[in-house]
Amino acid sequence: MQHSGRDNGIARSLWPFGFALAAAAFLVGLVLSWWLVAIAGGVCVLIGAGWIADSIRSKHPHLLEETVEHQVEAPKAAAPVRAAAGPAMSRSRFLEAGTLGLGAVMGGALTVPAVGFMVAPAFQSQGKHDANVGPLDNFTGVPEGTFMVTTFLLRKDQGDVSRRTVYVRYNGELQSQPSFTIISNRCAHLGCPVQPSGPIDDAKKVELTTDNGPVSLTPSQPAGFGCPCHGGAYDAEGNRTAGPPVRGLDRFEYSIIDGELHIGKAYSVGTVAGTGADARIKKFDLAAPGQHVDDWEWWLYPVQPPH
Amino acid sequence: MATRKSPRQQQVEAALLYPVDWLDERTGIRAGLQYFLFRNVPRDTNWMQTLGAATLTAFLVQAVTGVILAMYYKPDPNSAYESIKHITNDVTLGWLVRGMHRWGASCFIILMFLHMGRVFLFGAYKYPRELTWIIGVMLLALGMIEGFTGYLLPWDETAYWATVVGINIQANGPFVGPFIGSILKGGAEIGPETLARFYSLHMLAIPGGLMALIGIHLFLVVRLGITSPPWSPVAAGRERDGEEAPTADRVGLVEPTPRGSASQGVEK
Repeated sequence: MQHSGRDNGIARSLWPFGFALAAAAFLVGLVLSWWLVAIAGGVCVLIGAGWIADSIRSKHPHLLEETVEHQVEAPKAAAPVRAAAGPAMSRSRFLEAGTLGLGAVMGGALTVPAVGFMVAPAFQSQGKHDANVGPLDNFTGVPEGTFMVTTFLLRKDQGDVSRRTVYVRYNGELQSQPSFTIISNRCAHLGCPVQPSGPIDDAKKVELTTDNGPVSLTPSQPAGFGCPCHGGAYDAEGNRTAGPPVRGLDRFEYSIIDGELHIGKAYSVGTVAGTGADARIKKFDLAAPGQHVDDWEWWLYPVQPPH
Repeated sequence: MATRKSPRQQQVEAALLYPVDWLDERTGIRAGLQYFLFRNVPRDTNWMQTLGAATLTAFLVQAVTGVILAMYYKPDPNSAYESIKHITNDVTLGWLVRGMHRWGASCFIILMFLHMGRVFLFGAYKYPRELTWIIGVMLLALGMIEGFTGYLLPWDETAYWATVVGINIQANGPFVGPFIGSILKGGAEIGPETLARFYSLHMLAIPGGLMALIGIHLFLVVRLGITSPPWSPVAAGRERDGEEAPTADRVGLVEPTPRGSASQGVEK
């Protein structure tokens, strides 16, 4: 540390290299194995501690030896000066503190509502309601295994920007009630629109208007669903079969009112066992695309904003 | 200088300079401009060291063309795409201004990375310029956010789905991710709120932050001076022969030895 000029007191040592190696091993471990992550993480912490201790020792030797003495000495030196200064707080000090304090209060009074105005509406009631997609006959009078590509307005007041697509399949009757499978077209990877993997019969497209605005129905015969963005693939029940998605396709609740099908709340699906009306669905609260719901990683997303 | 000026010439000169003198007397602008523009730089600076100025130029182009585009653009789902078509096809020279903004955006991002690479490879981020680097990293992040928010504005299929994917990537951050996603979307779904807030971020909030940070970045560049290239045989900040040795307040900015040689101080 006796160099003149620019040397700013950092000793050349092997600590940084060791630390970088351990950090690299840690990152590689994230891809390869959790054991490597744990070991490399431990080594990282050890080397980091050694590095810090070493640089403190070489740069500020007094820190390690004379700390106690310094702490005791300081207040003693300061005390007599204070006592001699008279009142505990001078007029100008008081005004200075008052100006700063008042400024902080005013700043807060302006900032809190402004930030709230920006953030809060995103978490308030989303104004969604069930969407009427028309008479049951349109969905039941089709060959078995047909998915109706159904588009409707999620929020009538927002118009076409809220148009969403779902795939509706009639499963026959379950306990003498009509049973439907309603699969969301939102890919469970990052939210691109999945497409039916199979023929879509545009010639038989039906357009109708319900009390929820325009609805279009196009029959298709998909073997499954595929996403054009990053290659996610699903079977006809929405289970993931290939690609990056972390879970199956979301589904919608439904109700039947006066012979018309109403699409309700969306929910997320872990996996589906069985098919059609007999399917056993692992149902979860709606999660954003890419979030795990039934793997152990679900704890990364413990609280969901309102949907 | 050699010939004496006539009284008439002197009068004209004084009259012309009067506004400058008036301004300088009240603001000290002469000294300020001299400090900013007439600086000593190492004698072997390199063309690579103009990348920062190129990035700044790209930013200024984006700012000017962006202001003009904002006069015609309508941030509303029903008219956004139409207004972009109107700018491109109908407004006089609209295709040019929009093209400059659209391609300039890519230029700006690419130049930021090239500039960062230059600073890294020249070792110009080292003492005493660490803070300049840190602010540069913030500028890089804000620049990328500008790119992300601007991409939605044309409101076509590419813009929409790219933004869906981008927002969902944000929403996958652990713990707070879903809430960041909702704040970006302005609700649970992408819609009119999303477009409006991306527009506001893109043309007001982020550019304001960019300008403030660019100001600090430039101030630090001017205050700390420019580094020599790493292969330079001449130490950065060394005074020319016959000039005074560096004064105490500049000691931290002066490198006493050529790079690569032993770190022994050499007395000037």
